[in-house]
Amino acid sequence: MQILVNGNALELGQGATLIDLLAHLSLLDAKVAIELNQSIVPRSQHATQCLSHEDEVEIVHAIGGG
Amino acid sequence: MTATETPLTIAGKQYQSRLIVGSGKYQSFEQNREALVASGAEMITVAIRRVNLGQNKGEPSLLEVISPQHYTILPNTAGCYNAADAVRTCRMARELLDGHKLVKLEVLGDQKTLYPNVTETLLAAQELVKDGFDVMVYTSDDPLIAKRLEEMGCVAVMPLGAPIGSGLGIRNPYNIRMILENAKVPIIVDAGVGTASDAAIAMELGCDGVLMNTAIAEAKNPILMASAMKKAVESGREAFRAGRMPRRLYASASSPIDGTFF
Repeated sequence: MQILVNGNALELGQGATLIDLLAHLSLLDAKVAIELNQSIVPRSQHATQCLSHEDEVEIVHAIGGG
Repeated sequence: MTATETPLTIAGKQYQSRLIVGSGKYQSFEQNREALVASGAEMITVAIRRVNLGQNKGEPSLLEVISPQHYTILPNTAGCYNAADAVRTCRMARELLDGHKLVKLEVLGDQKTLYPNVTETLLAAQELVKDGFDVMVYTSDDPLIAKRLEEMGCVAVMPLGAPIGSGLGIRNPYNIRMILENAKVPIIVDAGVGTASDAAIAMELGCDGVLMNTAIAEAKNPILMASAMKKAVESGREAFRAGRMPRRLYASASSPIDGTFF
């Protein structure tokens, strides 16, 4: 299936969860927040939240800003 | 000093430092961290942005260098031009920071001036307060809007001294004074400070604090400027508390007129 992560198309296996996606992106240890189709998925649900074809995922973190 | 100082209190938390700093425009995390230490600030703003995919292996993140255990992290909504984006950003920040409720709301009007879009700011503030956020709000120096934001439940109102990143100083001290006269929440000048004397002026007016980023980060020596800002905020505050002498048009001799021998 194809999903959109931070605006980039990505191929993932059927049934992949958000944790699988984070592992794929080497972000398992990163402090991030995730939106799935514009709804926040709490960190506690990353392991169980399955992804579907054409899902849109936003992964954000804190960077320098004023 | 006889009068005892009351610490700055924002959303129930006390701060000894009245300087709030940003984390943007530094050459490195290390420079940012050193400037933060030199500034004495206890609160630091951060921006919320997309993770760069594929570029983060082994790279430290800002929150590893500036620990939320030691500093109050103030996520901002910089880059948002409407209320919906700002609210969405705050909710992402709350998730990112494990339920952290304190945010800096800024909704911008246009890219050239970075002036606040006040109507969208009001809408966002209302939504965020309703959703349980502690909102520190960047706004114009309009006293009526500042009062309105306070009445809506914002925990601090942060009028600009001059456009963001301009370094032009406190362009309208009289408006800042009007805002201060009516305020029951902390008033923090956010944006416009260029050098130490600007920060001192804001504090001498009676502001509760100053928030700045570019003035420190774009100084030739950011760490030295951070130290200068710490002193300026402290001395401006003390001068305010001390109560300045009245301004006179003509001279007033400091040495006695009586007892001269000539």
